[in-house]
Amino acid sequence: MFDFEKYIKPETIDETIKYISENSDARLIAGGTDILINLKKGKFENLTLIDIHDIKELKFIKIDDNKNILIGSGTTFLNIIESDIIKKHIPMLIKAASSVGGPQIRNIATIGGNICNGVTSADSASSLFALNAVLILKGINGKREIPISDFYLGHGKVDLKETEILIGFKITPNNYKGYFGHYYKYAMRNSMDIATIGCAVSLKINHGVFQDYRIAYGVAAPVPMRCLKTEKAVINQKISNELLNKISNMVEKEVNPRTSWRASKEFRMNIIKELSKRVTKKILISVGEKI
Amino acid sequence: MFQEISFILNGKKRKFNIDVRKSLFEILREYAGIKSVKQGCKVGECGACSVLVDDVLIDSCIFLGLWADGKKIKTLEGQAKQGKLSKVQQAYVNEGAIQCGFCTPGFIMATTSFVKKNKQKNVTIDEIKKNHAGNLCRCTGYQNILKAVKKSLRN
Ligand SMILES: Cc1cc2nc3c(=O)[nH]c(=O)nc-3n(C[C@H](O)[C@H](O)[C@H](O)COP(=O)(O)OP(=O)(O)OC[C@H]3O[C@@H](n4cnc5c(N)ncnc54)[C@H](O)[C@@H]3O)c2cc1C
Ligand code: FES
Ligand code: FES
Repeated sequence: MFDFEKYIKPETIDETIKYISENSDARLIAGGTDILINLKKGKFENLTLIDIHDIKELKFIKIDDNKNILIGSGTTFLNIIESDIIKKHIPMLIKAASSVGGPQIRNIATIGGNICNGVTSADSASSLFALNAVLILKGINGKREIPISDFYLGHGKVDLKETEILIGFKITPNNYKGYFGHYYKYAMRNSMDIATIGCAVSLKINHGVFQDYRIAYGVAAPVPMRCLKTEKAVINQKISNELLNKISNMVEKEVNPRTSWRASKEFRMNIIKELSKRVTKKILISVGEKI
Repeated sequence: MFQEISFILNGKKRKFNIDVRKSLFEILREYAGIKSVKQGCKVGECGACSVLVDDVLIDSCIFLGLWADGKKIKTLEGQAKQGKLSKVQQAYVNEGAIQCGFCTPGFIMATTSFVKKNKQKNVTIDEIKKNHAGNLCRCTGYQNILKAVKKSLRN
């Protein structure tokens, strides 16, 4: 039995917003793989559960007239893995989605829930950071859009205003066209484990020169993050092993991992440095560059 | 907080007046008499409570009972037809992939879902492992389960 007081099942986004505004203690439930566990632990008192699990308006993957890729917050990791649009344009997100939990979790957990719970280990987060994803939110005062990097405020804290719901993600064409990316999850087990470190790289290359370079990490700081200084230093540089070493030394100065029961700070730092090289190299080799 | 729901359970329409706070796991065991679903962990880690909802494999312990409304639910009980085991069940028996049996119903449902998606495909052992990673077994050491899955794919 899950521990909640009141249950509401709206049919639409607007109905959901109305109910959130009328119930100050309400929580949304999408796939439930986070919140149901917390409910079992009795983490909330007198909770009102607003069930958005079946809201069709939140389940979509499409490309609009301006070539933006739009992903609904209610899209499951299974939907992402099976999407031709994602496969063709942002395969790194398939890599991220496939690395979540096991099949039973991927079949029901949503990408919206993964981001809204605000944890740094969220497997879809680093890729969405590297893709400069924009979040589309709607509340009683209307719609707004914010970059994913502004959405995370601190561990478990996101910029969801009081009556807001996350509708979905927008990835503009200038953030995916011509880019190649990869996500690598380092964990103690191959499946059913939370990332010790997650690393996403997305890059654009022309005649052996980096036109753009983005590197994002999960679990390298209290919230998912990009290493912007490192990225800047890579742009317009030629591919070389020296450059890879430089990347690995530069990311070290930007990240801030911590010690937990899973891994020590020092161990995490090693993984962070190593993954910067490994993930970058993997992409370069996959597009036929020599390194 | 009670609500009426109905779903097709192993091919038969069933109706229940359920407490909305209950998981599908609880509905199946307490209301529907389905005892194959097991409670290993209660938190989505072990897969012993796995069932198919509209042919999608889920952990019934972290699935609201209400979400089953209007859906087709398949459990182990519906796998054998007229006293004859399904191909997946038979493969588990033949390969000795069962010891205490606690994890078996969940594994059978996971394999059933995997086989349906991958029939006649050449799948690697890693793909089999990845697609059964949501199920834990404390007895067999998994080798015979892997053999049973391979056999199910061939049949
Ligand atoms: C066994 C197990 C293994 C797991 N493994 C992984 C893993 O490997 N990697 C990983 O990243 N995660 C993992 N998780 C965590 C979890 O599955 C994911 O974070 C998942 O994406 C959460 O999505 P959900 O739809 O199930 O979230 P829910 O539990 O429904 O919601 C999570 C939070 O987000 C809020 N929320 C959801 N949707 C919206 C919305 N549209 N607008 C506003 N707020 C919203 C909810 O109110 C809640 O606070 C695992 C969980 C379990 C139980
Ligand atoms: S009891 Fe449901 S996954 Fe363990
Ligand atoms: S046979 Fe005993 S847990 Fe798998």
